[in-house]
Amino acid sequence: MILTCILGLPFLAAVALMFVPRNFRVVLRSVAVLATFLSAVLAVYLFATFHTGAPGFQSEQQFYWVRALGISYHVGVDGINVGLILMGAIVAFAAACASWEIKDREKEFYILLLIMAGGILGAFASLDLFLFYFFHELALVPTFIMIGVWGRGLDKTYATFQITLYLSLGALIALIGLIALYLQAGGKTFDIPDLTQRLKEHPLADSAQGIIFPLLLLGFGILVSLWPFYSWAPLGYSSAPSPTAMLHAGVLKKFGLYGLIRIALPMLPDAAQAWMPVLAWLCMGNLVFCGWVAMKQKDFNWLAGYSSVAHMGFVFLGIASLNLIGVTGAVLVMVAHGFLAALTFGLNGYLYQQTGTLQMDQLGGLARRLPFIGTALVMAALAGCGVPGFANFAGEITVLFGAWHRFRVVTVLACWGALVIGAVYMLRAVRAILYGPLPEKWAKVADASTFWRKTPFVLLLAALLCFGFFPRLLADKIAPSLQETVLAPWPATATAGVSPSALPPRQAAAPVQTARRPALAGSPAPAAEAHPSPDPR
Amino acid sequence: MNLELLSHEWLVFGLGLAVLLADLWLPATARRGLGYAAALGLGAILLYSLLAVKVEPGTTRYAFDRMFVLDGLALFFKRFFLVAGVLVLLMAAEYADSFPTGLGEFYALVLFALTGMLVASSVNDFALLFVSLELITVTFYILASFQRTRLISLEAGVKYLILGALSTAFTMFGIALVYGISHKLNFGDLAAVAAQYSGNRLFLCGVALVTVGLGFKITAFPFQIWAPDVYQGAPSPATAFLAVGSKAAGFVLVLRVLFTAVPAVTAHWANLLMVISGVTILYGNLCAIPQRNIKRLLGYSSIAHAGYMLLGISALAVSLGNGAQPSTAGASAVLYYLSGYLFTVLGAFTVICLTLRHVESEDIAALAGLNRRSPLLAATLALAMVSLAGIPPLAGFFGKFLLLKSILTEAPGHPGCYWLAFVALAGVVISLYFYFGVVSAMYWSRETPGLPAISASRPIRLAIGACAAGMLLLGVCPAPVVGFAAQAVQTLAPAAASSAAASNSVSQVKGPGGMWPEKTPKKFQGISNIFE
Repeated sequence: MILTCILGLPFLAAVALMFVPRNFRVVLRSVAVLATFLSAVLAVYLFATFHTGAPGFQSEQQFYWVRALGISYHVGVDGINVGLILMGAIVAFAAACASWEIKDREKEFYILLLIMAGGILGAFASLDLFLFYFFHELALVPTFIMIGVWGRGLDKTYATFQITLYLSLGALIALIGLIALYLQAGGKTFDIPDLTQRLKEHPLADSAQGIIFPLLLLGFGILVSLWPFYSWAPLGYSSAPSPTAMLHAGVLKKFGLYGLIRIALPMLPDAAQAWMPVLAWLCMGNLVFCGWVAMKQKDFNWLAGYSSVAHMGFVFLGIASLNLIGVTGAVLVMVAHGFLAALTFGLNGYLYQQTGTLQMDQLGGLARRLPFIGTALVMAALAGCGVPGFANFAGEITVLFGAWHRFRVVTVLACWGALVIGAVYMLRAVRAILYGPLPEKWAKVADASTFWRKTPFVLLLAALLCFGFFPRLLADKIAPSLQETVLAPWPATATAGVSPSALPPRQAAAPVQTARRPALAGSPAPAAEAHPSPDPR
Repeated sequence: MNLELLSHEWLVFGLGLAVLLADLWLPATARRGLGYAAALGLGAILLYSLLAVKVEPGTTRYAFDRMFVLDGLALFFKRFFLVAGVLVLLMAAEYADSFPTGLGEFYALVLFALTGMLVASSVNDFALLFVSLELITVTFYILASFQRTRLISLEAGVKYLILGALSTAFTMFGIALVYGISHKLNFGDLAAVAAQYSGNRLFLCGVALVTVGLGFKITAFPFQIWAPDVYQGAPSPATAFLAVGSKAAGFVLVLRVLFTAVPAVTAHWANLLMVISGVTILYGNLCAIPQRNIKRLLGYSSIAHAGYMLLGISALAVSLGNGAQPSTAGASAVLYYLSGYLFTVLGAFTVICLTLRHVESEDIAALAGLNRRSPLLAATLALAMVSLAGIPPLAGFFGKFLLLKSILTEAPGHPGCYWLAFVALAGVVISLYFYFGVVSAMYWSRETPGLPAISASRPIRLAIGACAAGMLLLGVCPAPVVGFAAQAVQTLAPAAASSAAASNSVSQVKGPGGMWPEKTPKKFQGISNIFE
């Protein structure tokens, strides 16, 4: 019931806003902020009262929707999505707060924003395949409209069409994969726990898995800007109004990753096993190539877009490692990156609002005029390069530890890509924007001074720091659920050689296993075996 | 003889005659009221149909020596046509100012075409098929060219007449061939012997020619050529009725002919149907991209939607060809899709009819600023476009979902289905481009200032509200209609099953395409080796 409230509140508010006259601007804004605030509070409550380590799903609710096809409204949380729902609700609240920059047709904007927020939370909460997809599409369409109407820049129309066609294509490919999965599993039910159980007992034939898994990987990959299907992301984010970019880059994009973890891995284990090396090398494209491209950007918005694409590489790497540490790290990065992306795009929006440009060669010295925004930007940049203390560090280091066993070369490259390239472009951007001489024309730029202007940034930074210092809050919840549902096909995953300090205590305490499954033994890249690289840390 | 089975037809036909007679005595000013009265009458008939006419699931009742059948499928389509008729009559009443003369005849013709559609949904004999098809087509020749003062309307009528007559000739010739070979006209009799003629070239040719005639009605490639011109030229209410009623009549006849009359032949035609479906989808969507005229755009879009619905027909044909108990999921998906399509297209045409009735050009650009002129109309048209594009939570999404599901169900036995599903998907992605183009024209393009607000009478507001509610309700609670559709197609299944079994036992043939053996796809090796 609490989940239904969390995702229902934004929808309810959207319906309520339809009946508010458009000149009641304060009412429009307060309803949107209040609804997202309440759902964020409920999400915090849900997170706090979550029974860590309890098997199965909690706060479940289920009733039939279309009984003939086995479609039901089924929501619930386990360790994997409880953090994501928390992150989504907080980002939605921050995005609603940051929407003050919208001055034109506010009513429509808030309605769309609320539908998007509700759809996102619904997608992460749903335990029914159909509902999962349905909510995602529901959230996706407002994104397109918001970019088209309230977007900025000259390429707005082109960006709208590109992101619409590209993401719809991805979603539809994933839909074909999901329908095929449903039919292969007997065509009786769309219920995710039920399907997982069914497919655990009667795994699909290799041929079926071999068709469905690539469909899901491609479809979800497009939605998450997996290299080489990333070109929509920087363009789309640089044209989007900042609340939309916050919600999409922060939360909605994680849908594809969540789909891979929740659906593709447990239901199609053999194909997953076979495709993971491909994924590991593709994510190099994200980490190294897109990182490299980000270094070359002149516009801070494009830089943030590419950096967000680059960070997705960590999640893919964590998933590709297919062991408890790696996938736990992947979920940690998903949550951390959600806060970070929302923070970055929120700050970008603020800067753009004040200066009207994000060309880095035109900016400079803004730290003097914008102490609060400047500090937040520096902290976001540090979190982006993976400095300890921020949640991103906890996630990224866990991913790298998890991936080391399977993909040594990739892990070494990932360290370089992420830590060196990331640091270079982030710090350069900070220098270009915040330090140096202050151009004359920016002398009147104003800092975020009121409570409401500061709230979204403070909240997101607090979340990043909170999970950075106490990653166990998340990891303790994620790991048992992953072990129970997702990684069940790989029971004895290797934990050897990982320094215990970086692990959630449950795994650190577990006996170190050196014997790996034979299937896994051969998989690390031979090049890495031949030239053992030093431990990246 | 069982006349009560024809109650719908008698009532609607009687209503048509009454309208025609009333037109003689009514003053010209009351003509619009006549349209409302006719719509009200149809509403009453619909109510009668919902409350008084019952068909036990899975049973069939016959009239006229089994020429006429009343089963779940017939009843589903009869109610469908009645709903469409009510909405079209309301639209016609609103459009009344644009007709210089003969408004009463317009209403009556709509009702006569409706009678033809009602008969079409119960056809169980080639003779009756021809009669119903002619009743629909001939009335539409007149409806399409009803605005005699507009050249483009006349052009539409002439084009429809010539191509329609051609397709009728094909149908007639096909029926003659089928009868000449098999000496049967009744679908039931034909199904019993179809298997033994499924190798006979002339018989196959006859069935193919009948299919050509039906393909013309549903605007399937390559018989779609008339659609854009006629849609553009005909008066909006006639276009809307053509897009919904005539197409649905075509689909019910396709279902009847292919799956109750000659299932043994259809079982071998799965590949043909799949190719037609794929090409129709691509043709409709690709040609819609450069269109500037909104009605022409909807003409191409209606071709594309015929292609989507053929997905369901192909799925049924493939499942028939696989020989096991065929699944009727494809047919019920078509029925569901048509229901969603009814509200979507009628909603779109009602808005277009209201917005553009005083504008000579029906350019998409003329929609600019509709949001400010009438938020209700803009929202309805936007909903319709989004539903046509297939985006949740609207009817179009669930319909496409069901169609894709039905075709993917058959994919393990017939890998071509995967390709067809991808073609459909490509079509959906292409279609987003032009549907969103219409939405963007309404909401965020530069508008000519000073255009007046658009007034809409209360009945037409009701009709628009009904269309919007239909789109939303079908999308959000699809269960009742899905259940109704599944029940309606039940009668197709046993017939199909028995004759498919017959076809398997009698002739292990060799038609074009042949039976598809279950291929075992090559063992999936995984790509991992490349990297290890």
